[in-house]
Amino acid sequence: MAIRERLSGNEAMAVAMRQINPDVVAAFPITPSTEIPQYFSQFVANGEVDTEFVAVESEHSAMSACIGAAAAGGRAMTATSANGLALMWEMLYIAASSRLPITMACVNRALSGPINIHNDHSDSMGARDSGWIQLYSENNQEAYDNFIQALRIGEHDDIMLPVMVCQDGFITSHAVENIELLEDDKVKSFIGEYEPDHYMLNSKEPIGVGPLDLPAYYFEHKRQQAEAMKNSKKIILEVAREFEKLTGRKYDLFEEYKLNDAEIALVIINSTAGTAKTVVDKLRANGVKAGLLKIRVFRPFPAEEIANALKHIKALAVMDKAESFSAVGGPLFAEIKSTLYGTADGIKIVNYIYGLGGRDVKADDIETVYSQLSDISKTGNIGETYRYIGVRQ
Amino acid sequence: MAYSLKEIMNRPERITGGHRMCAGCGAPVAVRAILRALDPEDHVVCGAATGCLEVSTFLYPYTAWKDSFIHSAFENAGATISGAEAAYAAWKRKGKIDETYKFIAFGGDGGTYDIGLQSLSGAMERGHDMVYVCYDNEAYMNTGIQRSSSTPKYADTTTSPQGTVLPGKQQYKKNLTYVMAAHGIPYVAQTTLTANFKDIHEKAHKAIYTKGPAFMNVFAPCPRGWRYDTPNLMQICKLAMDTCIWPVYEIEEGVWKLNYKPKKKLPVEDYLKTQGRFKHLFHKQNLHLIEELQKDIDNKWEDLLKRCGEA
Repeated sequence: MAIRERLSGNEAMAVAMRQINPDVVAAFPITPSTEIPQYFSQFVANGEVDTEFVAVESEHSAMSACIGAAAAGGRAMTATSANGLALMWEMLYIAASSRLPITMACVNRALSGPINIHNDHSDSMGARDSGWIQLYSENNQEAYDNFIQALRIGEHDDIMLPVMVCQDGFITSHAVENIELLEDDKVKSFIGEYEPDHYMLNSKEPIGVGPLDLPAYYFEHKRQQAEAMKNSKKIILEVAREFEKLTGRKYDLFEEYKLNDAEIALVIINSTAGTAKTVVDKLRANGVKAGLLKIRVFRPFPAEEIANALKHIKALAVMDKAESFSAVGGPLFAEIKSTLYGTADGIKIVNYIYGLGGRDVKADDIETVYSQLSDISKTGNIGETYRYIGVRQ
Repeated sequence: MAYSLKEIMNRPERITGGHRMCAGCGAPVAVRAILRALDPEDHVVCGAATGCLEVSTFLYPYTAWKDSFIHSAFENAGATISGAEAAYAAWKRKGKIDETYKFIAFGGDGGTYDIGLQSLSGAMERGHDMVYVCYDNEAYMNTGIQRSSSTPKYADTTTSPQGTVLPGKQQYKKNLTYVMAAHGIPYVAQTTLTANFKDIHEKAHKAIYTKGPAFMNVFAPCPRGWRYDTPNLMQICKLAMDTCIWPVYEIEEGVWKLNYKPKKKLPVEDYLKTQGRFKHLFHKQNLHLIEELQKDIDNKWEDLLKRCGEA
């Protein structure tokens, strides 16, 4: 029997960590992810886990310690946000290229500057090319479910990549909602033992990790890393199917909400999808054919599947909770536009930057977006594609 | 058991020949000496900061390390090895591993005194059962002899060049061994290469087999950066001890002990003149700078003697 609980998103992720009982958790406090190592250190203090909790002096050392632990052969995880993730930057790439399946709870927060503790996606979006698999979560249930699935994905023999599980800072990390937890033993049997082929604490086969890799081999290693990322799409779906059998909760590369027969649609990430679904329901009640596509897996980017799901849409808005300062739109916009190029060229597509630094995104804002999409759809005039919503001009 | 150079030297090497470190470099000599202090039946996970040692001993697809080895970046050898040690501690607790593993991180002075100081400090403070070894060659040698906070005053480096106005580096060398002693960890040692390798061997053994964190600072000359003839490596180490510019001492559970007191303390010129990086100090207009260096060495030596109860 599943356990019905009321937990915040942070507590849900910390509970997942307790149930996983990893070898090493190395973390440093940063708002809004601080609660995760707080809860976890209490589990350690109460003897509820066998984990070595390494209370490092910085996020750079958190990721470095995770790399050492994972290379040793252990399960290693961490939690962070914003500037903490930025301080890990160098090590994110090294974790991925060393093919170490570290798991990270990334509680999305605006990246300084100016300093701001509230939610947007500028932290994890900036890390999108670091070689980590990225899973996004609309609510605490998804954060919990994604975190448990992350181990199976990252540790798969064909993958061996680190996985970042993202949720929105404060909006879901601190909001207490109903949640359905798995029993501890079910989590343990779902994730299984981590048995890497090669690891440092194997006296029969000592290994070296992190060599100087010059032009003779570096390129091939990068190609292999890219191949692992390509392979991961299939594994993510396999793990999701197995998780569904266990829990009844269905996961895919993305979620389609009333998208099948939609004429206008949004592509959106994390908690604002919840707000947008309410708006879709309202518009549908008024006969407007609105729908949405919520990204769960951003890395690897499920381009083919997204193109297929969106090909019938007349006008599409891509919602970016991060700037990329390319001066032509946000990071999700660039991906979606390139995905649709040559596959669904007829779609009118615009970009909205929204909610930076924790600016509230209200149902009214989302309704405005849909209404502008309706106009585009009717008139065929796109106008400016790089737009902002909810900002004072 | 009494120290036997013959017995120690007959132990199997844990780092093979054929690595790419320069002839006359102190670092691989120091590393081999330290690894010989491991009990032969014990396993070790070694780590290194980015630097000469790492790039010269672990160039894909080759490695000179017979034990498991990890390099991740420049500033984090302390944190990286602390993570490996944490995984081992968890496995011990879970009964998942029987063998004894030891954990040793190596870093040059750039990776230790400067960019890696925070990571080192954190790892030592947290109490991991590990050893951090700094092979101190007093500049960023891997990138081409740039000054570090370990570079001695007035040394000529590529970012503290001696010129018509400035006679080399303008700051004194940081006393990292004191900084590490102030961490209050169980064992801190300063050493170098001596003729019979007894000092470094015994300190490495203590560092490795003292439970908890230990730090060793090993003076390891660099022939390219210091500009000396490669056969002079051991002579320079000896002069560093005899001029008291690099005293060898240890701090065990807070007790300071001087391990070598020269019968006759030699003037600093004897040391400076062996190296091209100090050549400009012997120009007539710079001789007063040597006097200044001598005063500084004398003061620091007196301070150390007091701490060691020798004054």
